[in-house]
Amino acid sequence: MGVGHAHRLYRHGPSPVHRLPPHCKIAAVLCFVVVVVSTPREAVWAFGLYALLLAAAALAARVPARFLLGRLLIEVPFVAFAVLMPFVANGPYVDVLGLSLSEPGLWGAWNILAKGTLGVAASVLLAATTELRELLLGLQRLRMPPLLVQIASFMIRYGDVVGDEMRRMRIARASRGFEARGVRHWGVLAQSAGALFIRSYERGERVHLAMLSRGYAGTMPVIDEVMATRAQWSYAAALPAAALAVCVMGWTL
Amino acid sequence: MTAPAPSLQVSGLAYAYPDGHQALFGVDLTVARGERVALLGPNGAGKTTLVLHLNGILAGGEGTVSVAGLPVGKAHLAEVRRRVGIVFQDPDDQLFMPTVREDVAFGPAAAGLRGAELEARVAGALEQVGMAGYADRPPHHLSFGQRRRVAVATVLAMEPEILVLDEPSSNLDPASRRELADILRSLDVTVLMVTHDLPYALELCPRSVVLSGGVIAADGRTQDLLCDEELMSAHRLELPFGFDPRSVTVPSL
Repeated sequence: MGVGHAHRLYRHGPSPVHRLPPHCKIAAVLCFVVVVVSTPREAVWAFGLYALLLAAAALAARVPARFLLGRLLIEVPFVAFAVLMPFVANGPYVDVLGLSLSEPGLWGAWNILAKGTLGVAASVLLAATTELRELLLGLQRLRMPPLLVQIASFMIRYGDVVGDEMRRMRIARASRGFEARGVRHWGVLAQSAGALFIRSYERGERVHLAMLSRGYAGTMPVIDEVMATRAQWSYAAALPAAALAVCVMGWTL
Repeated sequence: MTAPAPSLQVSGLAYAYPDGHQALFGVDLTVARGERVALLGPNGAGKTTLVLHLNGILAGGEGTVSVAGLPVGKAHLAEVRRRVGIVFQDPDDQLFMPTVREDVAFGPAAAGLRGAELEARVAGALEQVGMAGYADRPPHHLSFGQRRRVAVATVLAMEPEILVLDEPSSNLDPASRRELADILRSLDVTVLMVTHDLPYALELCPRSVVLSGGVIAADGRTQDLLCDEELMSAHRLELPFGFDPRSVTVPSL
């Protein structure tokens, strides 16, 4: 059981960004990412400006740079491929520090790295200022298919329950002298995974029964309606609007 | 003036599962408004099958069930499920929403309640079980006893005609068990309690019925039934070691 009462990506604070309605923030981040992705990669300065915009947003949200940069590390496995590109791509080669690197490869790597990092930074900022269930409410408000919202909501609710069950099964295995030492033991692990699946499936059936008993008829009732004022929308729009201006400059200059 | 219709009237209820296993062989049971009745019986006696008939989850066999005069059937399933509040054995199955408040609001919101009225209903139900301070907690951060109490609140929020509890005392430590008993005693609602915990039945329910082999085998004062050794052993009912039902004073029928 976690000690905290919020997800560890979330950082509680009293900032105006925290108080924004979740669907405004989700829409703003989505627009920002779309704008960033559609910027020509040759406009290197534009990405610098985007980074400054995000830094300003982080400042307004009172999210310290250390926290933000720490969370950015999640990106590392995904950009490993980008680092390989200059070595494997074809085309005209340039010499960098005595290595012969492909020029289109370098541009491709830069493209992925810059856009990926900005996208992840924007998402980390969103997660740091919005609680998980608020995110769900926001997605619901933005007319995301209700089934997907329900699945996400059950994942959050039952993640810990299933995790606990898995931990108990591991303890039960270990108590009977089992230790996973090699390929020969994978069978046992696979059986445990299967058992966990069956148990979760049966729990799903029991939860469905409990839902029916309380009047569930296919759709989740709306309990919290999130509303946004025009002022809140314009405040949230500041980030993508500024980014759009930069993007337009990137295409015209 | 005529007496109010009984909270629960089951007559001639028989049911066989689709695989052919017959669980109920003609059950007759009437529970008057405001009564607290314990439903006792060995494992496999058909207790759960009976409970699932009360709000129309299972149907299609012989016989009828009516709740406060309303027959359980396809026509008014929503109203029946509002009137019959089932508290399932595992609170993790019952509490499926991200926060306690949303979970308690689920039933009334599904019935169409909104806004201040909904808030008042949620606050009232949590107050009744002494969990008012926990509204914004996620269920998995509560202790087991607290979760069980919230599960009771989720049903109370629907203002049911009859509260059906499946093994309410299971897995509770003695203090939580006593707290739950105090709560159940304080409620002004008809209660049907399925349990193996015979002292708990004696403490809370003046009347008991024994379901055995798919029929009601006995119906009477809880103390009389528990003192009838022949009846008890015939239906695999056993008192805990050292417990003498004659030695305690109990509420009168």
